[in-house]
Amino acid sequence: MSARGGERDTVRIGAGSGFAGDRIEPAIELVERGDLDFLVFECLAERTIALAQARRQADPDDGFDPLLIERMRRVLPAAHARGVRIVTNAGAANPIAAAHAVAKVARDLGLEGLRVAAVTGDDVLAYVSGIDVPLIDGVGTTATLRGRMISANAYLGADGIVAALDAGADVVVTGRVGDPSLFLAPLIHHFEWSNEDWTRIGRGTLIGHLLECAGQLTGGYFADPGRKDVAGLARLGFPFADVDAEGNAVVGKVSQSGGALTVATCTEQLLYEILDPGAYFQADVVADFTRVEFEQIARNCVAVSGGLGRERPSSLKVSIGYDDGFIGEGQISYAGPGAVERARLAIAIVEERLALTGAALDELECRIIGLDAVSRLPALVEGQVGEVRARIVGRSGTAAGAQAVGAEVEALYTNGPFGGGGVSRSVRRVVAIASCLVPREVAIPSFYLVEAIHAPA
Amino acid sequence: MRLHDLAHVRTGDKGDTSQISVIAYRADDYPRLAAGLTPDRVGAALNVAPASVRRYELPHLGALNFVLEGALRGGVTRSLALDPHGKTLGAQLLTLEIGEVP
Repeated sequence: MSARGGERDTVRIGAGSGFAGDRIEPAIELVERGDLDFLVFECLAERTIALAQARRQADPDDGFDPLLIERMRRVLPAAHARGVRIVTNAGAANPIAAAHAVAKVARDLGLEGLRVAAVTGDDVLAYVSGIDVPLIDGVGTTATLRGRMISANAYLGADGIVAALDAGADVVVTGRVGDPSLFLAPLIHHFEWSNEDWTRIGRGTLIGHLLECAGQLTGGYFADPGRKDVAGLARLGFPFADVDAEGNAVVGKVSQSGGALTVATCTEQLLYEILDPGAYFQADVVADFTRVEFEQIARNCVAVSGGLGRERPSSLKVSIGYDDGFIGEGQISYAGPGAVERARLAIAIVEERLALTGAALDELECRIIGLDAVSRLPALVEGQVGEVRARIVGRSGTAAGAQAVGAEVEALYTNGPFGGGGVSRSVRRVVAIASCLVPREVAIPSFYLVEAIHAPA
Repeated sequence: MRLHDLAHVRTGDKGDTSQISVIAYRADDYPRLAAGLTPDRVGAALNVAPASVRRYELPHLGALNFVLEGALRGGVTRSLALDPHGKTLGAQLLTLEIGEVP
């Protein structure tokens, strides 16, 4: 029973992580002191499923977020004691194996009767491998990726999670689901919203979008000393939302936690990774954020209203992971007078060497860190730069071709300009992501329920 | 005045598209931002073709949302850039001088 007690007309949802590697303590703090009804862990970046699919191919019981077990071990005892239900997309490429793993954690912790659901239906690799449709935000068609596809997952909506919650699941583990849908689903479940009540679904999507990056709502990724000071970032508190039956919300964080929750932090997060604010396409709805309003109603407490929605699209977005060769990289630093000129000479030598030796490279990028490596326009006064670092990076279809880049940079130690130091080199396999659209009927969610009970002796 | 004194920014990415929100500290400064930050000017500041820059206006939030297509050299999953997300792009706009509303 909730510490807030009594009849309540709101449901409280917390954000336990904003990416796969996020801090764990803020989620524990939310469960222990946040009086939550639901806790959501968002753990799935675009590329994560493809990498997880590769692990699943090596081990059929793997293919889910490697941090899931640790997160559950640390959060489940308090969540179980307080009746906090958990939703997470940490199932990645294998939600069923993830659900069994969570049930095992629960058994090991003595949490008898905990019910864990796996939501499936997002894996559309077999379908997408056989069609030829245009890639969105890219060139070419799906056929150009044939033979190189590792994974293809549709962004599901809230439906599968809602069904699992309706069936009594305490923990719901999914693969690819639209991030806001992870938060929308408990609202649909709790308030029994129609999934065609576009305004409420739009508002729930707005709340999900605000919460999905966790600490980015409460002062994370915000600080600019002297202008936007944020206290306590090492103890940043993650947000929760109190949502009413109309879909209006108040967002807050646990008292004494670090960070800041203001109209300014909310406005930054509202627009984060939104293209047209009037048309945010999700599987559940096309949400409209153009009339959203924020009001600071208390310290670290902001009221959210004005979300809208209209009928969901007939297609689902699919994220395709594919093999895209290798990237090899080498870096070397120069300091003192003429540092920039020596870095330029180093780059010229490596470029000539890679050509002379016929390294199998499709693309080469040479930049000088401190001058033009992230800056889109070069620094104006090169002479004022005290130290620079040449960064040379190339793409190759083969690991050997990629290796050549770092090898040539390392050889600058004895063959390049004077005073080069601190060489680093690496090669990595590239799993790239492309996207396409598929008809909604291709990816129908379903769920599978596991109960944590002791196996007979 | 420099944009840094008038507004704050957050940068995100979707595939090969960069997205930068510019939010006025004071609502009264929104008209200045709207007048000073044309898509052409933002494109030039970040070395992106102006035709690839779209601007969305949210006056009641004091915010502009810029969408820069094809700005990320292939996008985070395959770009060779040091900052493949383009996370540093918004901060690079903050040096722009923003005049009074004419």
